Amino acid sequence: MLTMLLSRLATAIPSIVGVVVVTFMLTRLLPGDPAAYFAGLAASPQAIAEVRTKLGLDKSLPEQFVAYVGDLLQGNLGNSLSTGQPVTFEIATRLPASAELTLVALLLAVAIAIPLGVLAAVKQGTWIDHLCRIVTTVGVSLPVFFTGLLFAYVFYYLLQWAPAPTGRLDIFLSPPTHITGFYLIDSALTGNAETFWAALRQLALPAISMAIFSLAPLARMTRGSMLAVLGSDFVRTARASGLAPRTVVFTYAFRNAVLPVITVLGMVFSFLLGANVLVETVFAWPGIGLYAVNALITSDYAPVQGFVLTMAVLYVTLNLAIDFVYGLVDPRVRLDS
Amino acid sequence: MTAVPTLAVDDLSVEFRTRSGVVKVLEHVGFRVDRGEKVALVGESGSGKSVTAFAVMGILDAAGRVTSGRVMFGGSDLLALSEHDLAEQRGRELSMIFQNPRTALNPIRRVGRQIADVLVRHGGATRNDAPRAAIEMLKKVRIPDPERRAEAYPFELSGGMCQRIMIAIALACRPALLIADEPTTGLDVTTQAVIMDLIGELAAESGMATIFITHDLALAAEYCDRIVVMHAGHVVEAAPARDLFSHPRHPYAAKLLAATPGETVALEHLASIPGGLPDLRRADLPPCRYAERCERRTDACAQPLPQRTVGDGHVVACWSPL
Ligand SMILES: Nc1ncnc2c1ncn2[C@@H]1O[C@H](COP(=O)(O)OP(=O)(O)OP(=O)(O)O)[C@@H](O)[C@H]1O
Ligand SMILES: [Mg+2]
Repeated sequence: MLTMLLSRLATAIPSIVGVVVVTFMLTRLLPGDPAAYFAGLAASPQAIAEVRTKLGLDKSLPEQFVAYVGDLLQGNLGNSLSTGQPVTFEIATRLPASAELTLVALLLAVAIAIPLGVLAAVKQGTWIDHLCRIVTTVGVSLPVFFTGLLFAYVFYYLLQWAPAPTGRLDIFLSPPTHITGFYLIDSALTGNAETFWAALRQLALPAISMAIFSLAPLARMTRGSMLAVLGSDFVRTARASGLAPRTVVFTYAFRNAVLPVITVLGMVFSFLLGANVLVETVFAWPGIGLYAVNALITSDYAPVQGFVLTMAVLYVTLNLAIDFVYGLVDPRVRLDS
Repeated sequence: MTAVPTLAVDDLSVEFRTRSGVVKVLEHVGFRVDRGEKVALVGESGSGKSVTAFAVMGILDAAGRVTSGRVMFGGSDLLALSEHDLAEQRGRELSMIFQNPRTALNPIRRVGRQIADVLVRHGGATRNDAPRAAIEMLKKVRIPDPERRAEAYPFELSGGMCQRIMIAIALACRPALLIADEPTTGLDVTTQAVIMDLIGELAAESGMATIFITHDLALAAEYCDRIVVMHAGHVVEAAPARDLFSHPRHPYAAKLLAATPGETVALEHLASIPGGLPDLRRADLPPCRYAERCERRTDACAQPLPQRTVGDGHVVACWSPL
C-alpha cells in the first residue's frame, strides 16, 4: 500500500515540474507589462525601467526561471504587485475559505447523491428512481455560475431569506478565533453559536449551487454501479445464502459498487476546485479563486502562478487520496502494485 | 414411493417480461427429489434449468414472475412464503452453488468472512465463534492450510479452490437440499472430478439431497440416481439414470444421449440435434415445444402434452415415445 502510494507520488512529480515550467512561461506571456502597471499610470519610462530591474524582469528568461525555482523551493511565491504582500501568505489565508466551501459542497452532494443512487437502484422503476433521473438531468444542465446567480437573485434579492452574497461572514461580525481556518469548525470549537449560524447562512447558497452540479454525476454513477453489482453473480450467491437484505445491499453490493463512485468523486472534486473561481466571484467569497481572478485582471502574475501551483498540488494530493481510499476498499488494487 | 419427498415441484410456470414481449420460459414443470437422492437436471443451453433452480430458491430476476405452481419443501410451499421467511430457509435448509465460482464470490471480502456471514446469519455460530467455524468448513471441503486460506480474497485462489469455498458456504448450515448449477463448468477435468466427488461425499455423509444441473449427460449418469430431461421449459422425460440410458423414451432424450460422447459412441458419430430451441416469445407455440424438431411427430402432437408413466418412476411427455 505504502509502496503503491510512493510510486504514484513519483509519477506525479513530472506533472508538477511541468506545471512549474508552464506557470513560469504563461505569466511572462500574459498581455500587459507588469512593470508599467506597478510603476503607476503616470510613471516615466525611467521609473518603469527601475521597477523592472527591481523585479528582475530585465534579466534573461533562463535567469528569471532559475531565480523563480530557487524561490519556489524556499516556499517563496513572490510578492503580489497590487498588495505588496507575500503570495504564500495571501494564499495560505485564503485557502481555508475555498476549502471550506468546496468540502461542504462535496459533503452535501455525497450525502444526497449516494443514498439517492442506492435507493434508485434497489427500488428500480419506482418514484425514487424517477426522482433520481430528474435530479441527475436537471443537475447537469445547470451550470454552477447560473445556479449561483439564480439563487442569489431569488433567495437574497426577492425573498430575502439569505444574507447578502458578500463573503464568508456578515461585516458586523468578527471571524472566529483562528484554529483550522474553517469558520464552521472554529466557531463550533469555540462555542460561538452566533458566528456559526452566520457563517452557515453565508455558506449555504454558494455551497448548494456547487452541490447541485456535483450531485448529478455522483448519483448517476452510484445508481448505475449499484444496478450492475446487484445483478452480479456474487450478489445472487449472497441472496441464495439467505443473507439479510441489509447485508446483501450494503455489505456485499454497496462496497463493491462504491469503487467507481470514488473515481467519479475525485473528478467531481477536481471540477469543484475549478468551479470555485466562478462561485467565489458571484458570492464575493474571499477564496483563492477570487484572488486569482483579480490578479489575472491586473496582470499581477505572482498570485496567478501561486494559484495555479496550489491547484496543481491540490490535484496531485487529491488523486493520491483517491488512490489511497481505493486501495482501502479494494484488495485487488493493493496487490497490483 | 410413499416417503415424503424432500422437494416436490409441481406445475411450475415462469414468465419473463422483456422489451420484446413476454417469454414463457417454464411451463408446467414438475419433478421430485427424495431424501438423500441425487437428481440430474439436463438439457441443452437455454432449456430453463437455471431458471427452474432460481424459481425454487426464490431468487429470480425482477423481470421473472412465477405464474403457476407449487414448490413443496419441508412441509410448506416455498412459492407461498414471504421473502423474509424464504430468506430464513435459503442457505440453511436449501442451498445453491453456481457455475463460474470466481464471479460467484464477493471479490473484496475475505473468503473466511463470506462463510462466517452465512453461519452467523443462520445461527450456525456466534459472531465470535464464526471465524473458527469457517475454518472448520474449509477443512471439511479439504482446502489445504485453511487458517491462511480463510484470510484470502477470491482473486488469490484458483477456480477449483473458489468452488470449494462456494461449497463450504452452501453446506455451512447442513441444508437438506443442495442445488448445484453446473458446478464444474470452467474447471479442468481433474478438478471437475474432485469437486463432484466432494459434493457426493458430503451429501452422503449428511443424507442431503442434491439437484445437479448440467448439460453433460455422461457426468449426470456417473453421479446421479435419477435424471430429469428438460427442453425449452418443459420436462420431457424423468427416469432412473440406468433406465434413461438403456432405453430413453422421449425422442429428444434419445437425441441428447446420442450426442453424448461415451465409451460406445465414437466422437465422429456424435449426432447433433437438428434445429434449435423455439422462440419462446411466440404466441403460437405448439403444445409440444419439441414438435418442430421432431422426426416422430404425428397429428396427436397438436393435443396438450401427456404425462405417460412408462416404467417404475419413468415418466415421458410424448404422444409417440420410442
Ligand atoms: N432475466 C431474463 N430475462 C429474459 N429471459 C431470460 C432471463 N433469464 C433467463 N431467460 C431465458 O430463459 C431461458 C432459459 O434460461 P436458463 O438460464 O434457465 O437456461 P439453462 O438451461 O440454464 O441454460 P445454460 O445451460 O446455458 O445455463 C432462456 O431462453 C433465457 O433466454
Ligand atoms: Mg444455466
